[in-house]
Amino acid sequence: MSRQTSQRIAFALLTFLAIVVMVPIVLVVAYIIVQGIGAVNWEFLTSFPRNGMKEGGILPAVIGTVLLTFGTAIASIPLAVGAAIYLSEYARDTWLTRSIRLAIINLAGIPSVVYGLFGLGLFVLFLGLGTSIVAGSLTLGLMTMPVVISTAEEALLSVPQRFRVVSRSLGASRWQTIRQVVLPNALPGMLTGVILGLERAAGETAPILFTVAAFYLPQLPKSPLDQTMALPYHLYVIATQVPGMPLEIQYGTALVLLVLVLSLNVVATVIRSRFRRRRQW
Amino acid sequence: MRNREFVIEALIRVAGFSAIFFVVLIFLFLMREGVPAFWETSAGNFFGERWYPNEDLFGTLPLILGSLLVTLGAVVIALPLGLATAVFIRELAPGWLREILKPLVEILAGIPSVVLGFLGMVAVSPLVREWLNVPTGLTAFTGSLMLAYMSLPTIISVADDAIDAVPKAHRDGALALGATHWQTIWRVVLPAARSGVIIAVMLGIGRAIGETMAVMMVTGNAARIPQEWNALFFPARTMTATIAAEMGEVAQGSTHYHVLFAVGILLFAVTFVINAIASLVVIKGGPRRGGRLMG
Repeated sequence: MSRQTSQRIAFALLTFLAIVVMVPIVLVVAYIIVQGIGAVNWEFLTSFPRNGMKEGGILPAVIGTVLLTFGTAIASIPLAVGAAIYLSEYARDTWLTRSIRLAIINLAGIPSVVYGLFGLGLFVLFLGLGTSIVAGSLTLGLMTMPVVISTAEEALLSVPQRFRVVSRSLGASRWQTIRQVVLPNALPGMLTGVILGLERAAGETAPILFTVAAFYLPQLPKSPLDQTMALPYHLYVIATQVPGMPLEIQYGTALVLLVLVLSLNVVATVIRSRFRRRRQW
Repeated sequence: MRNREFVIEALIRVAGFSAIFFVVLIFLFLMREGVPAFWETSAGNFFGERWYPNEDLFGTLPLILGSLLVTLGAVVIALPLGLATAVFIRELAPGWLREILKPLVEILAGIPSVVLGFLGMVAVSPLVREWLNVPTGLTAFTGSLMLAYMSLPTIISVADDAIDAVPKAHRDGALALGATHWQTIWRVVLPAARSGVIIAVMLGIGRAIGETMAVMMVTGNAARIPQEWNALFFPARTMTATIAAEMGEVAQGSTHYHVLFAVGILLFAVTFVINAIASLVVIKGGPRRGGRLMG
């Protein structure tokens, strides 16, 4: 077999395998849209489930997921951004810094259901927050931290070193340099990271199973210490726990969740690409 | 002014060290709730072959083997697919195609696992049942299939970085010696990217073993020891699915509750080791770019 023939065979195989990866992704998204679009209308989005959830809408689950996403943002952003600034602007290359990085990578690898266990043990039981929006947000926030830290650090590191040198040589202190020069330039990149982190949190089920999610609630949560329904858990419930559930409502719920999550992805992508075009270094 | 700066910088330092604090905190709380399981059940029971919590049988062996089975299946499927896709995107795809494929992989990474699990239940498992002619489509194999696709974004992006990090001189040298593009990829680029590829596989395994919802929804959740050669095509039950399915129903402080936390400790330990090994390689490499000014 000549070298050219083996190259042709190898490239054909690579192309085939790449197609095997890509086509199902398109199919999955298209299939959910086609099957679910019929169920989704204004009433579906704005009314409560009725008749054992077999009729009506998904309003409380949507609201719950939006609330949890905001809660996650509040819980994770300050700490994660602070950690990213520390790693990028302050940390020297010592064993301590290396252990921080090790810790972050390990946080990123901990299974989501283990975060759920931890949230149950610490926030729900030990701190007495009960199954509540606060407990769920803190759990999701902790899970989101490593994603935000690494992307934010990446954004900070991409600000050219000469910006810092010039600012410091003009007499600005280290914090002034960070505040006035580094952060504004890194902001879009950090924002992208934050949104990608929230995207993941919004779609997660396992961490909220024992910390906040309710099977069914007849009213919206009134305080951060209330339980709430949430879209991912709601989809799990109607797909596995409710016999005789109309398939269309299940697909509709999956579609709403998918759109909600992927729209965050689109926002992040748009911010990133606009920023890349505008940036001047 | 100086005072305010001092406070802010102190807070930033605290935030920086918080990651270590949280890893320790998670470990401690898992231990606090999970360790009692080890004196409430005998070792023979805990590592036994039967998981029937109602009869106080807490044998975690079927769950551990179930997780291993599903994860191994996923890796066997995902590894060739992920590597080939990474090579395809970086070496073969023209620019415009790359701009389509990369966001597509990001979309896959963004699809919530419960959505994939749902689709696995209603759309994929009937296909599996028909094609393989098995009594139920909710099998370990169905789980492996879903998991394989869920770990693909991790494998692809890490492998992509590894291939990208191979010095251009290696590649140019091979081509200049008359090697074909494929020979260069196969004999020079991939071997040079080997450590990155190994990391990609490990992180993929870590991702797969910890995945919960999709696995719980499609594997059929039968806690049985895989014995036959074709165990992959029977229902199975993983550690993660067991925690997720049963924690909501147990009495807090009961043996069952402690055992579920103990299973959590096992999961934590496994993923910790996988990630620690992978990260030792990651942290070492790479020159500094921007960042802290010296002095």
